[in-house]
Amino acid sequence: MPEVLVLVDHLDGVVRRSTLELLTIARRLGEPSAVYASPDPLPDETVRLLGEHGARAVYVVQDETVEQFSVAPLAEALEQLVRSTTPTVVLIGSTPEGKEVAARLAVRTDSGLLTDAVGVDVVDGAAVTTHSAFGGGYEVRARVTRGTPVITVKPNTVEPVAEPAHPEVRPVTTTFSDAARSARVVARQPRERSARPELTEASVVVSGGRGTGGDFAPVEALADALGAAVGASKAAVDSGWAPHSFQVGQTGKTVSPQLYVAAGISGAIQHRAGMQTSRAIVAVNRDPDAPIFELADLGVVGDLHTVLPAVTEEIRRRER
Amino acid sequence: MQVVACIKHVPDATADRRFTPERTVDRSVDGLLSELDEYAVEQALRLKDRAPAPDDVVVAVVSMGPARAVEAIRKALQMGADRGVHVIDDALAGSDALATSLVLAAAARWAAGGEVPDLVVCGMASTDAGMGVVPAMLAERLGLPQVTLASLVEVRDGEIRARRDGDHAREVIGATLPAVLSVTDQSGEARYPSFKAIVAAKKKPVDVVSLADLDVDATLVGAAASWSVVDDVAPRPPRSAGVVVRDVDGAGVDALVGFLTSNRFI
Repeated sequence: MPEVLVLVDHLDGVVRRSTLELLTIARRLGEPSAVYASPDPLPDETVRLLGEHGARAVYVVQDETVEQFSVAPLAEALEQLVRSTTPTVVLIGSTPEGKEVAARLAVRTDSGLLTDAVGVDVVDGAAVTTHSAFGGGYEVRARVTRGTPVITVKPNTVEPVAEPAHPEVRPVTTTFSDAARSARVVARQPRERSARPELTEASVVVSGGRGTGGDFAPVEALADALGAAVGASKAAVDSGWAPHSFQVGQTGKTVSPQLYVAAGISGAIQHRAGMQTSRAIVAVNRDPDAPIFELADLGVVGDLHTVLPAVTEEIRRRER
Repeated sequence: MQVVACIKHVPDATADRRFTPERTVDRSVDGLLSELDEYAVEQALRLKDRAPAPDDVVVAVVSMGPARAVEAIRKALQMGADRGVHVIDDALAGSDALATSLVLAAAARWAAGGEVPDLVVCGMASTDAGMGVVPAMLAERLGLPQVTLASLVEVRDGEIRARRDGDHAREVIGATLPAVLSVTDQSGEARYPSFKAIVAAKKKPVDVVSLADLDVDATLVGAAASWSVVDDVAPRPPRSAGVVVRDVDGAGVDALVGFLTSNRFI
């Protein structure tokens, strides 16, 4: 069986759920091998987790370069692994950084690149991907025709399914070019870890917009009652009411949860582009003419400051 | 100092966007300078404005696309760019990101008189294909430091510093020019052209160049040479509006709780 390389997305050894999804997809295409890059040693716990999801091998690039310089070193490490292992496909998480690593890898290996896949099927042994286009208005199916396909996959594309394997840990040495060491990471401030689920991976998202008037407390309270991630519209982020990492939309994150609750969000096209493939959409807005109601399965014309706390209270009451 | 901003003419997202029978983006519809590329032009212009001798900083905008793409170049010239380079060639139709980056890398060099420009600036992604990979590809192809997804930029004494809000961390990236920079929509609002600037832009030069002018092999680009193929495009059935309830006497709350319960979210 041919190898499929999966780049492990992790923060200090803590593996993202999206990586487990990639391993699940990789098993349809061949034998998954995980690629773990970090200045620190690979934790045993991480090997176990990757193995549980079917990794047959874990290539370990333990090198400070991957943290001291931006993007390029990871692409070079992968390139050298592609040359030595000749995989059928390389799978990378569709994060902004993942896509940039994939971009450089594709150029370096003269290979086709497909990004933001929301589905990966196997047709005649090759990967055929599904993508959302024009803000979710179209569905596109594509495949790579040259080189080693490099595919980035969006979170929530599949459920991670365990299939235990005992991975062989293989340390690899990468030679980095001068160009890879040219964009230095001068300072680095890790994101505060939130108790809430990661926005792009959450099965429920509650977002607030201009209608919050800057008060996100009702949005956050409902999110916590539902075990949801908190999102925000561009208007709310531009007003400084929520950090940019919360932004859902064309220039923020694209989410596709089971349930999306839009509170005080009018539904501008930029916002819709980031959420309209959600399974169910609920909107709460005071303006009965808000375009968000055109795509909501349930629309509530009312004040989020009274509706959200009442719903939160009811959920909490039922828990008791 | 040579600054090259790579810009794209894209279909208007507020109008009807569609695909051609060849499954490429239909570019015959109304288009405009990609909103996200306005931020790139803005940063290039700020660099010029802040330079000790602004006249020594030449901001060229480079775009690849059919005849109408010149509209995007004109807009950038109205904002204040000095000159435009329009790569137009029938062989380019259907090019993917790898082919596009190949052509833009050559065009950026051409715009800077055959040398690597001091700074290549891009938006974070296009608003049509939206892959967000061309800046990284340009850095790879030009062999330059990649300073991308910047929300704050500072260029001083031949050094560039940028804040990059990554997935795992907020980083400051530093590099020595020349470099490739991409900026996000957080990097600073793009300026509106004044009437005077709109008039002045009419006199600014736009060079029209072909693949032959750029010395790019035409068999390496376009749909036939692309590294990937689109087999199928299908409009997704539009979402139909569901139930709308007015929140009178708690009716909205009851409807919402009912929805969450029947769909097993609570």
